[in-house]
Amino acid sequence: MAIVINHEAESTEDAVVPAKTRRGALATSGSPLVRPPAAAHLSDEQVAELGRELDAIKDDILAKRGASDAAYIRRMIKIQRALEISGRATLLVSRNKGAWVAGTTLLSLAKILENMEIGHNVLHGQWDWMRDPDIHSTTWEWDFVTPARAWQHTHNDLHHRWTNVVGRDNDVGYNLLRMDPSQEWKPFNLGNPLYNAILAPVFEWGIAIYDLELQDFKDGNKSKEALVKDLKALGVKALKQFTKDYAATPAVAMLTGSGKQALYGTLTANAVRNVWAHAVIFCGHFPDGTDTFTEEMVEGETRGDWYVRQMIGSANISGSKFMHLMTGNLSHQIEHHLFPDIPSNRYAEVAPKVQEICKRYGLPYTTGPIWKQVGSTWAKVFKLALPPKKA
Amino acid sequence: MIRLRKLARAASVLTTPLAPEDILSLFNPVFSARQLRGVVTRVVAETADSATIFFRPGRGWKAHQAGQWARIGVELDGVRHWRSYSLSAPAGQDPAITVTDVGAVSGVLVRDTRPGDVLFLAPPQGDFVLPEHPRPLLMLTAGSGITPVMSMVRTLVPHRPDADVVLIHSARTPQDSIFREELSELADQFPNFKVTHWFTGERGRVDFSSPAALDELCPDWRHRAAYACGPEGYLDDAEALWSAEAAVAAAAEGSAAGESHHPEGPFAADPINLIIERFTTSLAAGAGHDGGLVTFEASDREVEADGSTPLLDVGEDAGVLMPSGCRMGICHSCLTPLRAGHVRDLRTGEVHGEPGQLIQTCVSAAAGPVNLDI
Repeated sequence: MAIVINHEAESTEDAVVPAKTRRGALATSGSPLVRPPAAAHLSDEQVAELGRELDAIKDDILAKRGASDAAYIRRMIKIQRALEISGRATLLVSRNKGAWVAGTTLLSLAKILENMEIGHNVLHGQWDWMRDPDIHSTTWEWDFVTPARAWQHTHNDLHHRWTNVVGRDNDVGYNLLRMDPSQEWKPFNLGNPLYNAILAPVFEWGIAIYDLELQDFKDGNKSKEALVKDLKALGVKALKQFTKDYAATPAVAMLTGSGKQALYGTLTANAVRNVWAHAVIFCGHFPDGTDTFTEEMVEGETRGDWYVRQMIGSANISGSKFMHLMTGNLSHQIEHHLFPDIPSNRYAEVAPKVQEICKRYGLPYTTGPIWKQVGSTWAKVFKLALPPKKA
Repeated sequence: MIRLRKLARAASVLTTPLAPEDILSLFNPVFSARQLRGVVTRVVAETADSATIFFRPGRGWKAHQAGQWARIGVELDGVRHWRSYSLSAPAGQDPAITVTDVGAVSGVLVRDTRPGDVLFLAPPQGDFVLPEHPRPLLMLTAGSGITPVMSMVRTLVPHRPDADVVLIHSARTPQDSIFREELSELADQFPNFKVTHWFTGERGRVDFSSPAALDELCPDWRHRAAYACGPEGYLDDAEALWSAEAAVAAAAEGSAAGESHHPEGPFAADPINLIIERFTTSLAAGAGHDGGLVTFEASDREVEADGSTPLLDVGEDAGVLMPSGCRMGICHSCLTPLRAGHVRDLRTGEVHGEPGQLIQTCVSAAAGPVNLDI
């Protein structure tokens, strides 16, 4: 056990930084300028207590987190890779109809797992605690056109910090759809349902373009250099993705005369993953019962208020274990927004505790089966296509 | 090899964004695109609380020189921990580490390692190696400090008839003495190697406060290149003896030859001739909650920080280009590798830190001196 210690690095005390409070840290007591209507009945002390209760839930999970969680994500990654190679291999002989169906199904499942239960959650840093560079938010890249780093910025930082704050969280409609009545109606919004229907099968491209933050560039909040850099990264990534799915795989399949079928297979698998991801993600914040917030509501927000906003701005999906897995546990959207970086396999055990807290504090806890939640978001897409009724 | 690499690049067209190694790791755990690994091939118990672990490293490992050490990563309850261990196998043979159970990580290695287990690795390094040209050698070791020296003895003694090695190894009792039998056998077999087993349980520590003990154990010690590896106090004492002898030699020389300096003179003992390998069970620096000197290594900046300011702010105020995001500990955009020291999580008060760990600078403050790799 030899550690060579360098004794030459002696300290030089040339700059002393004065003590100061932490920027960005939320106060544990106090109140925002305005508390959201759904939480208006709570006193400052109640909100502070709610914050402490939720902190305790998180601490409990962090204390339990260990070898079984590590085994879970490694098993998931193994299953995903096995599905991926078997799916792709089966597509190589997809001239046979059965092989086409089997290969496309396996590859679709692989892509959904890769994107949701693995990619989304690894990129959130849920597994960083393992200190495994192979499963880490700083090294992971996913099977999705948008580069992981670009997505981490708009999603982990902007969306999760500003959840449902209209004007700050661009995930409210993704700069494309009118998804909240407080967003000003324009004739363009008449196409809401059409845009959403077109978006679903090419959802990964919607996200890739969204992550470029073109509006910020137009408004002068993003430099040209930064945009060019992002465009280059996206170009390289998209080229690799296209080559794999639409050139290399069909090219190898041509050896068995299955080139065209393999191409249809990978196209279908990507579309299936996109439609599913679109549906699940729209169920996160758009179904009936979820709230949006104004900037006054986050001004002076305390730790407890931040938790409240995450809970009443998000919606869960109820269903079987398999359904939770296929949504990457985003079916526990409320719990995910409270604790974005606890391992996804732990959300299910946190959920009843969070639901109990919501009940006790008189806060809404929105959940429902997937068909109901999807129906609810589509209803909103249609409803908000039309201008608000004049009073 | 080159053909393999070309093949891998061709295959990556089909595996992107993964590397072909990521797929191959389904079948053989040694494969990894970014992490050197080894598979344990054999575990040999040395004493009641030490064991030698032989492993077969994956691609990317480089052969070790006798006396070098390697960082070894082990998982404890799902979390990877890294420690440095000296390699005890001779140069040119498959690597092996000899580990003594002195803490959580070494305990797991000694007790729970089985053939087939995967170890995470970093290539061997260290300057505690044999001299380039043959010289008479004196090895002073204590406890598990024998480990790197064992590699040197195994490399040199059986293969170099011109070698001249004297080893004085301290251990508490014969039962605690790692490699005792093998060392005695080597000494019987090869006249160029002499070993003294010094049991501190019976005789106390080797007395380095004056040259007397060494004069008796190895009369020509001043003419030998000396290597020492052992606990802190042992090395400090040895270092002090060598410094004192160097001063005596310089004084004698000064009176004999005026201002001129002859390092090759009859009293050649000086600290340069004592090569030291320090080992500790953990990095001693950085306990406590009171802030400390923060070193941004790649940016070459040093700043004194208090125990309540996030390292992100400390870095930004010092003009370091720190990665940042939410500034509230949720988005993991600010992760920065820790090189040394400990940090305090400002949310929980927990003090933690291991070299190589990625820390969230927006919610971590210095708990003692901290080195960051940025």
